Amino acid sequence: MAFSKSTDSEETGEMQPSTFAPLSARRLLVLGGIGLILVGMLFGDIFAVFVLHQNAAHVGASLAAAAHAALAGNHAAVLASFQDVGAFLENRGTKVDTHVHMIDFGYLALLLAILQPWIAFEEKTKRGFAWLFLAGGMLLPVAVFLIHYIGLAYSPLQTIGWASIFADLGGLLVILATLGFLLGLVKHFRSHAPAHVKDGLLSDRRAAGRLLLGGGMVLVLAGFVLGGYYAGVDLYRHEALDSSILMEMAKGAAANDAATVDRSLEAYGQLQGDKAVKIAAHAHIIEFGLLAMMLAFFQPYVRLRETWKIRWAYVLILGSVLLPVCVLMELRYGLVAGGLADFGGLLVILTLLAMWIGILRYTGQLDSQAGDIR
Amino acid sequence: MSGGRRLLIVCGIGLALWGMGYGLWYAVFAEHQALNGIGGSLATAFDAAARRNPGGAGTAIRNYKEAKYVYDRQVDVHGHWIGLAMLLIVVGIAFDRVRFAERQKLVLACALLAGAVIFPFGVLLQTFDHGAIPREIAILGSVLVIAALIGITLGIAGRKAPSE
Repeated sequence: MAFSKSTDSEETGEMQPSTFAPLSARRLLVLGGIGLILVGMLFGDIFAVFVLHQNAAHVGASLAAAAHAALAGNHAAVLASFQDVGAFLENRGTKVDTHVHMIDFGYLALLLAILQPWIAFEEKTKRGFAWLFLAGGMLLPVAVFLIHYIGLAYSPLQTIGWASIFADLGGLLVILATLGFLLGLVKHFRSHAPAHVKDGLLSDRRAAGRLLLGGGMVLVLAGFVLGGYYAGVDLYRHEALDSSILMEMAKGAAANDAATVDRSLEAYGQLQGDKAVKIAAHAHIIEFGLLAMMLAFFQPYVRLRETWKIRWAYVLILGSVLLPVCVLMELRYGLVAGGLADFGGLLVILTLLAMWIGILRYTGQLDSQAGDIR
Repeated sequence: MSGGRRLLIVCGIGLALWGMGYGLWYAVFAEHQALNGIGGSLATAFDAAARRNPGGAGTAIRNYKEAKYVYDRQVDVHGHWIGLAMLLIVVGIAFDRVRFAERQKLVLACALLAGAVIFPFGVLLQTFDHGAIPREIAILGSVLVIAALIGITLGIAGRKAPSE
């Protein structure tokens, strides 16, 4: 990788270093936001490779055990198997929630970072809101991750444990910080003559930014069309099948019909797989599209040579297409498609890491220049 | 800042707050009960099957179906409101790159905002009424979002004016 040695003015045109000062709200939100997205994506990739499929197999096995226990008329084994199903589903659900919330808070942090020049508060107040946002944005996913391990231990409540309480607190902190930023934005617009905001981040029109913005828009649109297709063709069919297969399974067990139970178990597993890959493809293509659009605005802060920025933009778009397409093909092509999907996710993570390093280089340059002046 | 851009950014943050507030309310007051209901009715169904009681199993599976239907939509509403809110903000930030007249841009912004509010609202209504109207509201919302996004994409991809 080659890094640019050009000066700030050459590289970013109208950039104003004061908007990206050390520990400014914008810098905190940019670096914290990309950090949250990176950790969330890495967590998602690790979860996909080492936990997701194994967990799905455990859920299927426990459901099969419950159905066969019902077939044998063994009530105690039925209830024990469903406790296992519940535990495996909770394990999976909390990990998916950790992954999704961490990334989404990172996205929101990036958006709020772009909007900072329009927030009509003192820098100190904005910095306070930024810290509050990041604290909540980290607390919620970490606490959600711990729900499965802490459970109801020492909880004062019957159904909600300490981890859930802290997760809710994290969500509340994020809401308060976002509300604070919204009030600052409204204050800016309500002032008699809102100051004209000139921000180098938004006036940059170079190739890498244009590629990311255009590519991101197309990805988001493709994701919406895919979601619309899923809702129109598969959603209600899947919901009807879900309950009808379970009904068949339970009635087969009640009638002591082992063949029906086994057939239903297989159909149920296939249905869950079909549902999971379609929803994952829809969600990921939109999330990556949004990410590409957001990163388009931060290109002036990425201290990399222009050709490298363009290459990384292509890598991001390639990974963003590869992951959802291969996820969709996972049911037909199995592990090969799964591996390629994980590779697509890795490409997105690598791009994000490269841009994060580019931004860190930019902050280092700004800070050293400020040190020289002092 | 143009009217369309202001509308998208301010309403986008407002919608994100609304979606997060809804998620927080749901997590504190409804989610655990919903999950217990889903798991409990499934366990009851197979317990009834073990007792050779197909009628009891059928009733429990129907309870499971209803509880799962509501839970899936509640989670979808939370996720879609926040996801669409972020889209409103990011499109709002990029709105000065859309090469249409201000009036057309305002129409696109209103359509996108209306779709982002209406689509999850239609999904939420489905938890109260399984009829066609909530579905049609959700479809209308999604069509508005997709149509507005196509318009905005074309506007961004449009040829540069000589003054630019």
